[in-house]
Formats: sequence, structure tokens, C-alpha cells
Amino acid sequence: MPGAATADVVVVGAGIVGAACAEALTAVGVKVVVVDRGAVASGTTASGEGNVLVSDKEPGPELELAIASHAEWSAVLARLPERVADVEWEDKGGFVVAKTDPGPLKEFAAKQQAAGVDARVISPEDAFELEPLLTRNVTIGVHYPDDAQLQPVLAATALLTAVRDRGGSVRSGMDALSVRTAAGRVVGVETSAGEIACGAVLNACGPWAGAFGAAAGAPIQVLPRRGMILVTAPLPQCVRHKVYDADYVGAVGSGDAELQTSTVVESTRAGTVLIGSSRERIGFDDSIRVKVLRELARKAVGLFPFLGDVAVMRTYGGFRPYAPDHLPIIGPDPRVPGLWHAAGHEGAGIGLAASTGRLITELFLGLTPHVAPDPFRVDRPAVLAS
Amino acid sequence: MNAYLRPAEGDPAEVGTPDAVQITVDGQPMRALAGQTVAAVMLANGRDAWRTTRNAGRPRGVFCGIGACYDCLVVVNGIPDIRACQRTIRAGDAITTQRGAVLPESTEVREVSKSAPKAADVVVVGAGPAGVAAALAAGDAGVSVVVIDGGRAVGGQFNRQLPVEFKARRPERLQHGWGAFTVQRDRLAKHSRITHLAESSVWAFEQGNRLWVQRGPADGVGREVFAVDAKAVVLATGAYDRVLPFPGWDLPGVYSAGAAQALAKGHRIAVGKRVLVAGTGPFLLPVAESLIGVGAQVVGLLEANSLKTVRKGWSTDPLVATGKFREALGYGVLLARHRIPLRHGWTVIAAHGEDHVEAVTIARLDADWNPIPGSERRIEVGAVCLGFGFTAQLELAVSARCELTAGPDGGPAVTVDANQQTTTPGVYAAGELTGIGGADLASAEGRVAGTAAAHHALAAGIPPVVAADVAEVVKGRRFAGALARAYPVREGWRSWSTQETVVCRCEEVTRGDIEGAVVERGVHDGRALKLTSRAGLGLCQGRVCSRTVAALAAGQYDVPKAGQDDVPKAEMKRPIAVPVRLRDLADAQEEL
Repeated sequence: MPGAATADVVVVGAGIVGAACAEALTAVGVKVVVVDRGAVASGTTASGEGNVLVSDKEPGPELELAIASHAEWSAVLARLPERVADVEWEDKGGFVVAKTDPGPLKEFAAKQQAAGVDARVISPEDAFELEPLLTRNVTIGVHYPDDAQLQPVLAATALLTAVRDRGGSVRSGMDALSVRTAAGRVVGVETSAGEIACGAVLNACGPWAGAFGAAAGAPIQVLPRRGMILVTAPLPQCVRHKVYDADYVGAVGSGDAELQTSTVVESTRAGTVLIGSSRERIGFDDSIRVKVLRELARKAVGLFPFLGDVAVMRTYGGFRPYAPDHLPIIGPDPRVPGLWHAAGHEGAGIGLAASTGRLITELFLGLTPHVAPDPFRVDRPAVLAS
Repeated sequence: MNAYLRPAEGDPAEVGTPDAVQITVDGQPMRALAGQTVAAVMLANGRDAWRTTRNAGRPRGVFCGIGACYDCLVVVNGIPDIRACQRTIRAGDAITTQRGAVLPESTEVREVSKSAPKAADVVVVGAGPAGVAAALAAGDAGVSVVVIDGGRAVGGQFNRQLPVEFKARRPERLQHGWGAFTVQRDRLAKHSRITHLAESSVWAFEQGNRLWVQRGPADGVGREVFAVDAKAVVLATGAYDRVLPFPGWDLPGVYSAGAAQALAKGHRIAVGKRVLVAGTGPFLLPVAESLIGVGAQVVGLLEANSLKTVRKGWSTDPLVATGKFREALGYGVLLARHRIPLRHGWTVIAAHGEDHVEAVTIARLDADWNPIPGSERRIEVGAVCLGFGFTAQLELAVSARCELTAGPDGGPAVTVDANQQTTTPGVYAAGELTGIGGADLASAEGRVAGTAAAHHALAAGIPPVVAADVAEVVKGRRFAGALARAYPVREGWRSWSTQETVVCRCEEVTRGDIEGAVVERGVHDGRALKLTSRAGLGLCQGRVCSRTVAALAAGQYDVPKAGQDDVPKAEMKRPIAVPVRLRDLADAQEEL
């Protein structure tokens, strides 16, 4: 019944981040309504690989959040309703390999080790023990046992099922248009199906978070970066880890508009091999670009020569939301009391979602945060700059 | 019981003696003839299954027969995932059963030719009645034309021919409208401005009318991948059979009606000795005719719609109906002569057998297509052929950002204007993908589209109206409308399947899995339903199941919907239209 609806928190966006925040809030008894203008888990969440990674991050606040979130995912998965709890979580581990100078990767791994990451340097001989079908041109590898994978749409829909089980509601096809304030505080959300009265609104709109922030009177800088993935025909188990070319590490932190691809190859439980990923800053343009697919194919065959004879049957892609300083935006917006943001997780939203949900909940309830929230605060210059 | 190759003796087509070709199947020599597909070889030798599924290990063979369903996968020379119905054999081929998912172990020699055209004024995709007509019209209008088609010869499904290697002396005896077709075929082959790329498929459509093509033996490695830039494009990609699920519909021996016809007309293969044809629509009649032609015993033709529905539907447009009456009468005489019972208001609701169809359960249907309890009967058959209308092959149109609409049958179709132009400037559509309406309409639309595309390419504006073509299109669309009213698909088909019935054949997703995803996880449609249920994530990319999945999912929640067959565009989105081998993609020729 639109108009009569009320909630403590309205979460705008039913992707993995919105779902994780809603789940964490309902787990402590907060009354939540999740709205999404489209279908649940159908945007960025449905267009990634399901990465829960520590390997690709330099020491710093994001790595700390990633380490915390890896642990937090176990806690979250353990409290999901049993009928939806299988989200294809796999502790498969990541394996980064260099085909050129081994120096930079070795240095990168050493820095991560110092920051508490389990990063094990692997000789070329041992690399083939880990990945028998790998190219013979490997000069060094680093094994990250803590890299994991899950199936993001199963995860997001399971989180939302938990929300519903706890009395929350999830409304797809409902467009959040703006927030209503009274006495300078948020008191409701205007939607395409009427107003929902609430004490707080959480902007979890992914790459569209900037637009909703602006509609709510608090613009934030969140930009889309396009990523494409190739999917092969189903294969028997052939790639055991998430295997990256070492150049992946460089691409994540970069803001270059030019096309970048860094090879990530991994099997899924369904037998397909996913080949990622490209990074392009081309706005919300979703047209197919064969140049990008060809680049992905070239690099994947370079890493795993047997893939050359394998059929690619599908490609998909989406928009990863990023802030100009490449850190997520998590917390209250001081400009509009009652408005919160959880956005800008770039290509790491699946992995960071669990801790993001917990951090939002801790900040919302005034509890001691489990990670330092300051680096992710909304009112940092990179986010507010117009 | 099993499929067989019709003996040349007494064949009205007067098939000659094709050369024998040396091949092996699972290490043993198998009798094979030049021009046969892998599927035809297997069926000619009485084998109707040569793949097992990944999860349940179930046997599979040909289902759609025209390259849409990816069910007939086989390993050729160490390369898995090759569609047996599309791949023509070559001397020395080593064919092996594909058990589940298989890693490639290539023994193929890569021989890539590099002589493909890189640009054309008009590119026509598809060489069926619409595509051939469009290519000729565009070529005649003075522009350069490239026709791209997966077949070895032009003609598409409607004018499917025997391989030249069969040396048939009277091929016209298997065809309708053969004279007119051969005139077009020969004219196209000799036309100075038309280039025909056989055994080629468009696997991607990039903005700006750049079509990415792969050419060479179907689904192999070492196919040439290249782009063709067009000033205007005519999409004439046709349609494939719609088959509705029931228990056992994934058994070998259950074929689409189109598969039975393609194998009979194209290879003189009978899919079984005792065959039942079921479904809805007049297309089932020529299918029965083809089966008779290869000597199969057609034990019955079951039309799911009642005679009353059919009569009422045609009577909404008596003018159109009269035109088709003579044709229907001809088929009636044929069925009577072969003592084939034609039953209205009946269909197949279950297929039985362990690894192959041995029998089916048929039932009388009520007006909504629910089986009438007590009417069920069991019939022993060796094969069953099914067709409940058609689904248009829409992925390239979706990639070209053409708007879709509901066709006359309620299924998805491309929106076109009076010149067959889609909502994307410079992209035209003709034939079944603008609405299921048959070969005559397809040809007429093709002429209009080809002419308009040529004018677009010459920047010559909109072509003058050709009254005869317009009249033909109008008449064809009226026929399509009456056809849809005479042979509707009623919602009762949902009651034929059970929770255990496989709906997505590729990923072996059951009806229970799909409805469970909707109920348990609150997903309704689109990518979320695909990714939670896995329905539509296999090699056919949802071609076979997407309409069924959408309808079953819609039945689980109360959301107002436009219509039963209203398929969201996302379900037709297949940016990679046909699989590409990764090294071929990696080697794709540089852009201009």
C-alpha cells in the first residue's frame, strides 16, 4: 500500500551492496524496505565475476576493508536461511603470474605480506603444480589462498530473502525519485509508487549513485567504468584458481580512459570459464566492442594456450561504480541528515559488500566500527567535488 | 524404430550415387556419403544420440535440426561443441561422442583463407526467401551486396536442397515453388554485384553497421573472423520451431518438426519408421509430406487446436483463407491417400523410453489446451516431431538496437516501417523476424527491404512505392494475422509438464528449479532469473527455452503482464550470436 508504507531505513538499490546493508540492518532488528527501479540483482551485481579478493589491492584502507569483509562474509553466509544459503562460495584462492620481469610482482607481494595478506611466492616449476594448463612462459607466481569467489546473484537474492524473512520488504520495479525532508532531516522517500515514510535513506545505487545523490539534494562523484567478461562453453574442471596476469594489479587503481584489459581466468561451478576483464571509461555506453573482446581473448590464450580451441559462447558486462579516488563511499551524508551512502565499490563490490553492510549498521546504531570508517567518509574532497 | 537413410531406389528425387567418404566414429569406420552432415551420417547409420549431458548424463542427438538448439554437439577431430546438424563431413574426420563437457585436443589443421570482402553497400544476413529476395532487389538497384548465410547453398529452411554431391536428377519433386526459386538462385549466383558467403555466420553486430563474420566449416577451429562494413543492412535471419515442454521431450527421438523436414528434404533421412507429428499450424502438413517422401509411416498428425478454433480463425479473413484453401485440400488428399489420421484438439503430453522414445501419451485437449482426464492413450512410435509455431531469430536485431514488438502470434518481432526499416536507421528487417507469416510474405518483404536498403546506401532517399510488392506484403500480413488466429497457442500447455520436467535443455534446468527461483528468491525475470536458475545460460543462449521460462515465471507471481508471450528484450540479447573459438577471436583481422 503505497503511502502507508513506513520503514526505519529505505535502501535504494537491490544490488549486492544494498542487499548486504539491508541484511545487516535487519539482522539487528532495523525495519527495512529495499526498493529498486528494475529487477533485483540485475545491474552491476549481475555483470561481474563474483570476486572476493585481497590479491589485487595495495596496502591501505581498501585492503583493510577487503580483509575484514572476507571474514565477514563467513558470518553473513552462516546466518542466511538454509534454503538459499548456497551461493557457490569457493575458497579457490588467487594465483597471480608474471610472464616478464619477476621483480615488480615480488615487491608487490612483499608489501601485501607486510599488511597481513597471505601471499606466497611460487617458482615457475611449482606454478604448474598449481595450474597444470598454464603457459610455460611464467617467470614467477604469487598464490593468495584467501581469494575467494561467490555467485553474486545467488548471494544478493539470498540476502534479500533473509531481509524478507525478517519482516523487511523488497520492491522491484519501484523507482526512488527523491527524498522528503522535514526540519532538515529525511522523513521519507518519494517513489514512482508513492511515498515511503522513513527515518533514513541509504543510497546503494551503484553506478547510478551519483544521480540519486543529486536527486536527494546531495550530489556525490560516482562514475561508471565499463567491464566486459567472456564466457566459454562448459568445460571439465581445468582452471583451479582465479588466475591473473600480473598486470591486473596496475589497472585497478588507474583512471585512464583508454581501454585496459588485464587477464583474469577462472572456472565456475557450472563448468564455464570466465575471462575478464576490461576497463573502459566510456560512460553508460553498453554497445558491444569487438576490439575489447579480441583483446580479452588474446591475453587469455597467452595465459592458458589450451583456451585457443575453446568456444566462447557469451559475453556480458556492466558498469563498475568508482569514486575519483578509487575508494568506496560508506557513511552518513552531513549535508542531508538521514541520508546515507554505500556506493563506489568499483570492481570489488561483491567482496566488500559484507563489511560495507556491517559498517553501515555499526555507524547507524552508533557502535564501534570494525574497520576505520574515516577513509570512506562521504565528505571527502574527491567525492564532493563537482 | 530407428532413423534411416531412404534408399535411392524409387526416390522421386532420383538421387544419384554419392561418393563414399572415409570417416570414423568413436574409432570405428562408419559408412558416410559426400555432402552429409555429421548428424545425417549418424542417423543414416541408425544412431540418434551421440552426446551425454553434463549433469544427468542423459543421451542427446538432433533436436531442432537447423542449428538453433545446440543439442546435437559432437567432437570432430578433437574439437568439442560442434553442432552435428551444421557440420558437413570431410574425408578423414574422426568423430567422437561428446560425454558431458570436454576439453579440446585439436588434431585439426588450421587453414584460414584471407579473401573476404571488407565492405559492401548492402549486407544481407540470411539467404532464405527474404534474404535472397532482398539481395536481388538491392543488387538490381545498382549497389554491391554481400549475402551471409550459414548454409552451404542459398534457400534457407524453406528451399532446403539436397547436397550437390547427391546428384539428384529430379530435386524439384521435393520442393514447393522450385521453378521460381532456381531462377532466383541462379540469378543470385551470376549477379555481378552480389557476393554470397556460404558457411558463414554473423556473430556480432557492432554499432555503425559493422558485422563480424566467421567463415569456414561449422563450429570448427581456424575459421576466418573478419568484419564487413555496410552502408545498409538487411536482417533476414528467419525463425526456428517453438516446442513446448512435457515429460520426456528431451529424449532422443523427439524432434522439432523443422528438424524432421530438414533431414528429409536435405538428406533423405527419416527420423524414424513410425513417426507421430504433433503441434499446431499448417506447417505440420508439409512436414508430414516430407516424412512420407522418405518412406516413414506417419501414424498420425495431431493438431492441438480444435477444428472450430481453426475454422473460426480463418473465417476472420475469408479472402486470405480462400487463397490457401486449395493448398490445404491438396494436403488433405495426401493424408487420406496414406491413411494418416488428422486429429484436431489432440496433442502429445508425454514421451516414454529409457534412452530413446518408444511410445508417447497423447490426450484430447480442452479449449484452453488442458488435457481432458481419461482421454489419454499410449501409442508406440519411433520418433515424434513437434511444432507449436515459430520463434524469430532476433539477437542481431537486438544488437542493432532495433525496437521489438509483439508479432501476430504474440511472440517477439522487429518493428518495421513501410520500407521494412527498423527503428535503427539503415537497418532493415524482412521475413519471419518481423512476424511469423511464411515464405510468400518473406519474399515480398525482402524485395521491399532490399530496394529500400539500396536507396539508403546510395543516399537516394526513400524508393518509389512498387504497388505489386506493397499489395503482396499487405496480403501476406493479413495471412499472418489469420494464421495466428486459427492456430493460437493456449495457456494450458503449462499443465503438460511437471516439476521434474527439464525446461532448459542445455543446462538441464527443471520447471521446479525455475519456479523455485521465483518463489524462494523473489526474482521475476531477466538476468537475475537466468543467474539464479541457470535457465538460458547454455550454448543455445535461451533460444529454445526463453519464452517458456518467461511464461512459467510469470505464472508464479501476480504482476500485470502485457501478454503470455511478451518476452523482455533482455531475453533475446545475445551479443555473441554464435560461439567463436577464442584463438579465432584473438586472430580477428584488424579493423579498417
